[in-house]
Amino acid sequence: MSEIYYTEDHEWILVEGDIGTCGISEFAQEQLGDIVYVELPEPGKVVAQNDELAVVESVKAASEIYAPVSGEITESNDELVDEPGKINEDAMGDGWFFKIRISDAKELEDLLDKAAYEALIAGQR
Amino acid sequence: MRYLPHTPADRQAMLAAIGVDGIDALFVDVPGQALLPAALDLPHHAGEMAVEESLTAMAGRSLPAGAAACFLGAGAYRHHVPAAVDHLIQRSEFLTAYTPYQPEVSQGTLQYLFEFQTQVALLTGMEVANASMYDGASACAEAVLMAHRVTKRNKALLCGGLHPHYADATSTVTQFIEFDVDTRPANPSVVEDLGALIDADTACVVVQTPDLFGRLHDLRPLAAAAHAKGALLVAVVTEFVSLGAVMSPGEMGADIVVGEGQAIGNALNFGGPYLGLFATRQKFVRQMPGRVCGETVDEDGRRGYVLTLSTREQHIRREKATSNICTNSGLCCLAFCIHLSLLGEVGLRQLAQLNHSGAVHLAEQLAALDGVEVVNESFFNEFTLRLPRPAEAVVGELVGHGVLAGVPVSRLYPDDPELANLLLVATTETNSEGDVAAFINALREVLS
Amino acid sequence: MSKPIETSSGHRGLDLAEPLIFELDGPGRCGVDLPEPDAVTNRLGGLERQAAIGLPGLSEPQVVRHFVRLSRNNFAIDAGLYPLGSCTMKHNPRLNEKVARLPGFADLHPMQPMETVQGALELIDTLAEWLCALTGMSAIAMSPAAGAHGELCGLMCIRAALEAKGDARQVVLVPTSAHGTNPATAAICGYRIEEIPADDRGRVDLAALKEKLGPHVAAIMLTNPNTCGLFETQIVEIAEAVHAAGAYFYCDGANFNAIVGKVRPGDLGIDCMHLNLHKTFSTPHGGGGPGSGPVVLAEALAPYAPLPMVVRGADGLELVEHKSEALGTAASFGRLKGFHGQMGMFVRALAFILSHGADGLRQVSEDAVLNANYVLARLQDLLTLSFPGPCMHEALFDDRFLQGTGVSTLDFAKAMIDEGFHPMTMYFPLVVSGAMLIEPTESESKDSLDQFIATMRHLAERARQGDAGYFAGAPHLAPYRRLNETQAARQPVLRWRPAVQEAAE
Repeated sequence: MSEIYYTEDHEWILVEGDIGTCGISEFAQEQLGDIVYVELPEPGKVVAQNDELAVVESVKAASEIYAPVSGEITESNDELVDEPGKINEDAMGDGWFFKIRISDAKELEDLLDKAAYEALIAGQR
Repeated sequence: MRYLPHTPADRQAMLAAIGVDGIDALFVDVPGQALLPAALDLPHHAGEMAVEESLTAMAGRSLPAGAAACFLGAGAYRHHVPAAVDHLIQRSEFLTAYTPYQPEVSQGTLQYLFEFQTQVALLTGMEVANASMYDGASACAEAVLMAHRVTKRNKALLCGGLHPHYADATSTVTQFIEFDVDTRPANPSVVEDLGALIDADTACVVVQTPDLFGRLHDLRPLAAAAHAKGALLVAVVTEFVSLGAVMSPGEMGADIVVGEGQAIGNALNFGGPYLGLFATRQKFVRQMPGRVCGETVDEDGRRGYVLTLSTREQHIRREKATSNICTNSGLCCLAFCIHLSLLGEVGLRQLAQLNHSGAVHLAEQLAALDGVEVVNESFFNEFTLRLPRPAEAVVGELVGHGVLAGVPVSRLYPDDPELANLLLVATTETNSEGDVAAFINALREVLS
Repeated sequence: MSKPIETSSGHRGLDLAEPLIFELDGPGRCGVDLPEPDAVTNRLGGLERQAAIGLPGLSEPQVVRHFVRLSRNNFAIDAGLYPLGSCTMKHNPRLNEKVARLPGFADLHPMQPMETVQGALELIDTLAEWLCALTGMSAIAMSPAAGAHGELCGLMCIRAALEAKGDARQVVLVPTSAHGTNPATAAICGYRIEEIPADDRGRVDLAALKEKLGPHVAAIMLTNPNTCGLFETQIVEIAEAVHAAGAYFYCDGANFNAIVGKVRPGDLGIDCMHLNLHKTFSTPHGGGGPGSGPVVLAEALAPYAPLPMVVRGADGLELVEHKSEALGTAASFGRLKGFHGQMGMFVRALAFILSHGADGLRQVSEDAVLNANYVLARLQDLLTLSFPGPCMHEALFDDRFLQGTGVSTLDFAKAMIDEGFHPMTMYFPLVVSGAMLIEPTESESKDSLDQFIATMRHLAERARQGDAGYFAGAPHLAPYRRLNETQAARQPVLRWRPAVQEAAE
């Protein structure tokens, strides 16, 4: 069983057991345009919710990616380093950034569900 | 006013088109009490001839280096700049263009920046270079800040032979962040063991070669020591012509090379504008400050160039930028690039040899004078003399003989009496045999 | 568009294709003649260069041709209207170039004995006096190398002054419309940045500012006229509120060219401000520099100014290069760069100032403001003006007029290139969507503005008529088509490498 949540900063986290896979939303990749560079966290890094964790850059913009929840990074999507275009092609799939072992599942309650996120971006489009 | 195209009738017509009675209706947002009712009580406009006369008169109240036998260096060098350099940099298309933000109509600037970056990388023995910084001293400060970002460590170790302006600029820029700068004492008679001072907090060691006193340093042992402790080695070069004769810092293991590019293509200009050079290894490129130009293609597949990696910069990253710098030294880069293109491999190496052989001769002749000692073992085109009395006074007396004899170390370190008798002497291809004879004879006379 | 005619040479008439200088290498060739060095026993300490550098060899005519060909791919203010908002692309008088090259300025070593450089010190001092008088401020730091360096200088003075009072404080307030250099500078000075929103008139929201002010605030950094090209109408109240909170008012003087001779910022209550000599005083932009950014200071900040500075001594002018109690420089925050400042830029700026005089400088800002308002008045029915006028020296439009056309601000700008104009500043300031910031400067004649306006009107109408494809493909007629910035950033190639080496890697 898996469940997807979003943050107001346009990150998503797909939760499977105690592992969350995180990336940026389709809306975010559209807004950024061609992504040229990502900086990803090292596996093993322990972070608190809302810590700055990664950076994503397009030609004319840079955005920080924050930890949607607290936990430990278990894996980074190293393929993005050489092929950042994957984020544009498949933001919700192959363009994932990192996986995190969630230390406090209660924090997921702070996040948006799909409907709430869609309402949020409807106002921003 | 020759620079202003509008006639009174134009102005009236334009005001009418805007729909206002007078110009002050357009300044209506200025608080009333602050709007000056009339021109300030200062001189009014002047014709080209009058301005030229008054500034020429002012210029006449200084002694140009070329009108004397000039042996000054210490970070600024008087080389011959071919006439083509100044002619080309004054072309309207280079002189009066802005930063190349519209690449389709800025390929001239972008291509020379790409060539310049390549030249700097080749000379320094590094993989990449940026499109220049304000000057050598500010480039040095930026190198230390970059080492801080790369290593996340909070201390820099500056060698005692680092030009004090570079050390001061570095201390200034880092004084309000959590960062310590350990500047070692300046003394040309001491051999430093910087490697022993590196610890787990050291972000970088900064070494100048040739150093302020003219000494050349083999950076290899220090590079090894720095790398063994996770620190970066920053090499500083203030006389880039030296790289035509001396092994590059990149070959000796430096991680960042910064320096002053004035010596190639640029006049002395009383200290500015100069040209900060910045080169590093490919793996650090996203931590590098300043503008960079990169290769790409246009829609038709034609090779072209753009400013790139701009997400590091202030206009996008704002407070998280790698540096607050916006401007580079565009036209000074161009002068450097053209001069170096004229010199080429053969010319630069020959120029460097010429400078070095001139310095060797001069050092020999000076060392033969009573009471004068050449402190250096090694040097390129600049070395340190120990005089029998304070150098500042000797330099002052030599002016009367038409000789600008060098930079007294006390001008840079006024509070260190041990350095008072030291004189930095530089010679370039512009010094004739007559200049050398004038210097030797005058110094002999002044010291006798 | 018809397909361009192909040529066998790759050149297209006067548009000459030019390879990189490295690709023109003729080993052994040289563009200078130097005497043979004497054979000496070298004293390089065993560090002689062994490896070749890799520089190409060319003769002088080849080098000249190379750079002349390159130059022809550049747009320049000498060639046409260059309305880059906030950059101030005005005419660069050639007299200024000539006097800057006088040996008494250009051929002086910065470390010559003081008595041999009196004319140079006099020039710095004279320019300093003019700049203080024009701004109504009491002191000046001449050494900063550019605008952002000036910001650093000003903010360091502020920090040093606050530390002297015992509390450096933590926050610098910056409007959302500020130049990116402002927050970047504040960060280097160890401050946290808080943004102040703009009100619906494009000015600082005074009430929001007052709410943010407090004992933790070190300074506000405010551009005036601001980056929307508007004078901050409540600037005096802003200064009072900032001072009441014990903070300092840093004014970004990038837009001083709108008010020089008309308003002295000192009368508005500011504490320090940098002057971009390459904007207001027309030292050439040179493709991105060098600039020069002297900073005028109020009395309270003057003791903290950087070294060196020019002072009047018993034997004439002298440079104070080190902290000295006697000369009142003991509190200086230190040195910002090598030597004394951008002398070459000082000479040009002073030539510009002396040529214009107090009356001409006043006319400069009046004409700059007149020109911007003329553009505003003649375009506001077709383009969407972001804030009601009058504006100061630049007019800010946004992309609302392009809504639904499929044409972006970028496309519109590229189409301007085909029409022979350099585009305006785009996407800055960030407070409006798809910003188009137009700064004509005082150098443009009415005829030139009329042509520009006619072109802008034509393009706006063309966009509305639904010709998005034309705009998306622009520029069609520039030396180069649109360049692929994504490719440049994804796989950065920042230098040339010889083909052989590439194959070996």
